[in-house]
Formats: sequence, structure tokens, C-alpha cells
Amino acid sequence: MSSYKIIDHEYDVVVLGAGGSGLRAAVGLSEAGLKTACVSKVFPTRSHTSAAQGGISAALGNMGEDDWRWHMYDTVKGADWLGDQDSIEYLCKEAPAAVLELEKYGVPFSRTEDGKIYQRPFGGMTKNYGNETVQRTCAAADRTGHAILHTLYGQALKHNTEFFIEYFALDLIMKDGACKGLIAWNLNDGTIHRFRSHITIIATGGYGKVYYSATSAHTCTGDGNAMVLRAGLPLQDMEFVQFHPTGIYGHGTLISEGVRGEGGYLVNSKGERFMERYAPKAKDLASRDVVSRSIAVEINEGRGIGKEQDHVHLHIDHLDPKVIEERLPGISEASKLFANVDVTKEPIPVVPTVHYNMGGIPTNYKAEVLTVNGSEKTVPGLMAIGEAACVSVHGANRLGSNSLIDLVVFGRAAAKRAAELVKPRMKHIEIDKSETDRCLDRFDKLRNSQGSNPTSELRLSMQKTMQSKCAVFRSEKTLKEGVDEIRKPFEGMESLSVKDKSLIFNTDLVETLEFDNLIRQAITTMDSAYHRKESRGAHAREDFPKRDDENYMQHTLSWCNGSKTKINYRPVHRSTLTNDVQYFPPQERVY
Amino acid sequence: MVQFNLPSNSKIKKGQYYKDKTGSKNIRKVNIYRWDPSKNENPRIDTYEVDMDNCSSKVLDILNKIKNEIDPSIAYRRSCAHGVCGSCAMNMNGKNGLACTKSHSELDGDIDIYPLPHLKVLKDLIGDLSTLYKQYESVEPWLKTTKINDKENIQTKEDRAKLDGLYECIMCACCSTSCPSYWWNGEKYLGPAVLLQAYRWIIDSRDEDRKERLKKVADELKLYRCHTILNCTNACPKGLNPAKAIAEIKKMLATA
Repeated sequence: MSSYKIIDHEYDVVVLGAGGSGLRAAVGLSEAGLKTACVSKVFPTRSHTSAAQGGISAALGNMGEDDWRWHMYDTVKGADWLGDQDSIEYLCKEAPAAVLELEKYGVPFSRTEDGKIYQRPFGGMTKNYGNETVQRTCAAADRTGHAILHTLYGQALKHNTEFFIEYFALDLIMKDGACKGLIAWNLNDGTIHRFRSHITIIATGGYGKVYYSATSAHTCTGDGNAMVLRAGLPLQDMEFVQFHPTGIYGHGTLISEGVRGEGGYLVNSKGERFMERYAPKAKDLASRDVVSRSIAVEINEGRGIGKEQDHVHLHIDHLDPKVIEERLPGISEASKLFANVDVTKEPIPVVPTVHYNMGGIPTNYKAEVLTVNGSEKTVPGLMAIGEAACVSVHGANRLGSNSLIDLVVFGRAAAKRAAELVKPRMKHIEIDKSETDRCLDRFDKLRNSQGSNPTSELRLSMQKTMQSKCAVFRSEKTLKEGVDEIRKPFEGMESLSVKDKSLIFNTDLVETLEFDNLIRQAITTMDSAYHRKESRGAHAREDFPKRDDENYMQHTLSWCNGSKTKINYRPVHRSTLTNDVQYFPPQERVY
Repeated sequence: MVQFNLPSNSKIKKGQYYKDKTGSKNIRKVNIYRWDPSKNENPRIDTYEVDMDNCSSKVLDILNKIKNEIDPSIAYRRSCAHGVCGSCAMNMNGKNGLACTKSHSELDGDIDIYPLPHLKVLKDLIGDLSTLYKQYESVEPWLKTTKINDKENIQTKEDRAKLDGLYECIMCACCSTSCPSYWWNGEKYLGPAVLLQAYRWIIDSRDEDRKERLKKVADELKLYRCHTILNCTNACPKGLNPAKAIAEIKKMLATA
């Protein structure tokens, strides 16, 4: 192995990732007086939080009566009873304060006539435990994520957070089952950096890029998830992949659910508003898994639109152009750019597109990472937040606008918990050299790959397999084929080809490291899906169409070593956090 | 007359030519600026023949196609691929823009792709934006308010509308790197991107620090190097108008 220049750092806490959750955590940590580093492979405002459009949920009650308990019920139901209700209670109860805090930070929320934060209807968000639509989703036009991300970056600057930008994280440093920091590669100058920390907070987002068509950014490769797998820890509920009902056909760009919140609706080739058949009450504002499945059924039964009959139409051309201009300017722009559609005159061609990972690193509501070793245990020194984490508040299906609130509520919770656990400037222990060697061996081996399979080919093969074998509808047959096929690109890495050997902005190597991260998550996703023989939320099995609470009201845990996985389960938490609200027992889920 | 010569190590050489291997009848030549800091070589222009029958509509699709199928070593930033993250800002046929929103059908002839002008190049199409980021930090981009209750600030719809055309900025730097004043005085002049951000906080009705903010930018170099050339507004891929924001700041200072 060639020698690498290693630079050492010591911090109280290291946050990996600078999207909404990572930045919110960093702000809280800095406020608590902890020496904090925030490490990110992209400049903070390039993070994928910027792509969130519709809004952030919180029962503020600015636009009609609301109650956080109703929000909690909707989230439990949206999650198809796979969410942990103690965490969901925490999320919904803390949500209003978290949004008001964002407003105080300067987020340019749209406003009501009386100057309060504007709230719009969103899928699955109801009044009085499922009775009628409520306006709960706080919005900054249709650029809410962008507005929040830029504002949080400003706050981090205000609090003098130390950033390490365009550093690609390689591996966690583990000792006796505890996390002691991480190792990262500085793309700017090619040096290797070893960050020692008492707590490491993973905020690396989702891994949508395991699929061929996703609303996710190129950088959504779940690097933190893969680091956790390599550290011998499990990921949770990886089979639950959200397909957003309305990605632009052929391109995958997201068209916000806020479009339907503002009155948009879907039609098939017969011009029918088909959602009325699948969700008589909520119609186009049923939860995302329901709408995506309905579109898939329409297409499968020959009522799709276009030459290939493979998509449907989303109409907003009946809305007042002024409303579109004020509340949906971003999607007008995206529709023009990527579908060549003038939304005031024509419908937008859309198709269900991979959008969000409910699964990820298992944590409790304090953001501490969990594992199961006999019983549920926390992993000392390790936390996870945001889409990378599986708290689990979204269970089997996330409601729209619950992801942005998840980022800030649990980003804040992580900072609070870290401040309880760590006193400023505590002494660091020595780290065994073997941890660094193990990490750099992998790095060096990938960098010097001289085989014949380009990363792009292996990645494409992985993406096509996920797209066809682990889609909206799944069956024993497709998943069995998927379990075998998804291992082929992994085996292809034995003869990998990396052309660029340099160390400064070697994006050939970055993409290879990202692929190495993606393929492990693809394997755990496929295997977890294969083993769950029921239908729940986003996991729809044609051969097991019913939810099976007796056997599967549990979280899947999957460990992955090479291409070998181990699947285990842990029970869903069946109690609330406090007596402020009663446990919601499982019911049939109809919209 | 004064004559300027480029230092010999920044002269651009002719690079490699990658001939099409697909046999496509619909070929487009794409010339890309290449420079590798780990080699002691001058920058060069590599030329790629790209099969346009199997390429999606944007310039970023061309770059991805080249990276995936022809030459994996080419370096550029990219992330969201739909114009909200600002990563893939570059110069295409002489004009700054986002590769992910720029349709190649709008570009005539061979396609020339360069990094954003007048930035220190880190590698290939990747420019160094650290100066711009520091300038951004210098305008203190956070809300300054003494209200510490737990209620939201009330802001009228009209006051909120004043932030439209400002808060949407994605900090891609297309505007600043198209500005001759910024090319010349980039260390001291804040440039259109940062001044637009400064104005976004100056005009926010919730902010209590307007006077101080104005005072801070009222500087010969920081602000008044804007000579209303308007390249910035012409370059903005989001359709924003940084020149107008700068004019508003000047107007506020003049009438204060």
C-alpha cells in the first residue's frame, strides 16, 4: 500500500453530512459549547434537502384547528403501524416549536392574510383522527427545502461551526463496539483526515441512487449507511422504499405533492380521475404508497397514457394562474424544463419514481443508534439523523412533509442528547492503528483497481435490477430473482476498473467508493424485501396482499458482510412516550 | 499599447481526440477543458465524439455519458440534476449556466465546455469558490432580531413578496463569474451573487439590523465596483436579477 498523508483532528462531536438534519445538529452542538466539526462531500447548500418542495408539517393551527395528536395519528396510520409510537409522539409534539424556531432563524415562509406562516393540505394529513383534510404543511412557496437549507447554513455560520467541505468520508473508527470518530478523504488536496470524536452523528441522507429512476440527486448514495454496515452494525427496514407518485415521466424530476395539495389531480388515458376509486375520501391526497400503487394498477391494466401507455397525467391547468405563480413557481419551471409543458395549459406527464428511504440506521427518539444483541442496545458514540436514520417515525410509508420536520426535530434532539453525554474538551483515547489500516486498505485497493469492469457499468446493472425486481409491486418470484441478480454487480467488483489514480478531485474514485456503498444497501434492501412476506405501506407483495401484524409488526434488521446478509427482527415499540396521548392500536388502513 | 501575455503554464494545448466507437450517424463534437493538478502539464482541450441518438437533452447528460462510457477521469461537480443545488455551474459555448438545465439543442455547432471563468481551477471543470463563500459569510446571512419569545414573527404578504426573486438564489456563481468587475476585483468587490444575498437580508421586514447591514456594504470596493454591465442578470440560470438588487441597495444608500 502506498503511504498516505494522514492529518489528525480532535473534536467533541463530528457531524457527517451538511443537509437539513446535519446543519440543525451542528447549530445545536455549537450552541452547547461543544467543539464541533461538520464534514460533507458537498458544499452545504448543495445538499439534497434543497430539493424538498412542498413543505414541513407541524400542527401550528394557523389555518384552522389542529392538534399534534391528530398529526401523530396520521403519521402512525401513514406508517402502516410500523412506526415506533414513542418516537412519533416526540416528532409531532416537538414539531410546532421546531418550525417556529426555523421562522426565527429567518426561513422565508409564505404567509397567510394575517401574516402568519402559510400552511397547505398534504397527503394523509387530516383533522380529528382521519375525518377531513387539514392544512398542516408549512410552506415557502414550493421551495421549502431550499429555503430551510440556506437558512440553516446561515445559522451554522453564525455559530462558527467548523466545516470540512468536499471531504469524502470513508469509514467509522470503532473500538470495542463504540464509535470513536471517522476517516475522510479531502478531495481538495488528496490528504486523509482522521477525526477523533466522542460522538459521531451520521446525517448522510438516503440512498435513492440504487435505483435507475429516482428523484434523488447523484450524491444520494447513503454513504453513512454503508459505513455502519462495514462497522458490523445493522440497518433497519430497508425494504421500505417510497415511490413518489409524481416524478416527471422520462426524467424523474420531482413534482411536489403540494401540487395536489393546491387542487391538482391525476387522470388516466380515459380521462378518469381514478383516485376516486382507490381512496374515496382522500382521493388524490391519499398517502403516497396508496397513490403510487393506484397509478401502477392503472398502467398495468392498460389505462396508462402515451405511446407505451406507461404514465398518467397530473392536471393543474384548472387552477388560477395567480395561485400557480405564487405557490407553485418551482414546479412550473421544472415542468417547462424537463417535460416541455406549460402547466397553466397542459397536464404534466408523471409516473411513480423512487423518492425516499424509510429504512436506514436504527435509532431511538434521542437519535442514539441501536443494535440488537440479545436485546435492544445503544451503540456508544454513534448517532444518526435525517433520512439516513430509521427512528422509526415513518415506519412503512412516510407522509409528505414529515421528512423536513424529521430533519429539524431529530437534528435538535441529537444535539441535546450529545450535550448530555459529552462535556466540552473531554480527553480522547488512543485509536488502534489497525482501524486506519483496514479503512485505507479498502481505499487503496479500490483506487488501484486494474480490472475490466467500469464502475458505471456495475452501477447501471445494480440500478436496473433494483428497478425491475424491487419495484412498487413485488412477488416471491421477482424478489428471488432479485436476490440472485443483485449480487452480480457486487461480484463484478473483483475485476473493477478505475482509470484515474490521482488523489485530488478524483471523481472516478469517488463514484467507485459511492458504488461500493450503494451495492451493500441494494443487497440489504433486496434481501429484507424477500424476507418480509406480507404487504405493509410501501412494501406491496402480490403474493401476500394483506398486512400480517401477528408475524411482521416488527422492524427488519439486516447485517451485511460482503454479499452475505443476516436478517433479524425487533418488535415495534407499542407504547407512547408519555401519558399525553394514548397508544393507537393497529386498524385497517383506508383513505 | 500595453500587451498582455498569458504565463506559459496557463496556455491551453490541444488534448486527446476520442473518436466515436458506436458507429452513430448523429455525432456531436464536445470540447472540454482539462487540467490535472497532479501532473505538471498545461491545461488542454480534449475532444469527444458523442452519439446524440442515445443522449438525453441536457449538457449534463452529455457529460455523464462521456464519463460513463468514454472517459471516467473527467471531473465536474453535479448533484441534484434539476437546477436547485447549483453544483454543475460551468461555461458552455461562452455562456455561464447550469449543465443540468441547459439543453444542448440550444447550443450551436461543436460544444465547448469550460469551468466558470476567472476562478482558480482545482481540476478540469471544478473551480475554486472559496473566496465567494467567504464573501457570502461576510454579509452575515442570518436573521437578526431581538425578539426572543416563542411566537412567529408576523410578516405581511406584501413584505414577504419583497423576498421573491432573492431567496431563490442557489449560489451557483454563474452571475459573479460572468462579471468583469468581479474578474478584476474579485477579492474585494463582493460581486452580484453575494450582493443579492446581502439585499435579501436588508429587505427582510423581520430583520432589525438594516442600517448596520447597509453601512457594511456601503464601500467603494465592496459595492460600488458594480458598473451596471448586467452580465449577472443575463447569466442567472434561475431568472433572478442581481443587478436590480444591487441598484436597490445603492438607491437605499442614496436616499437614506
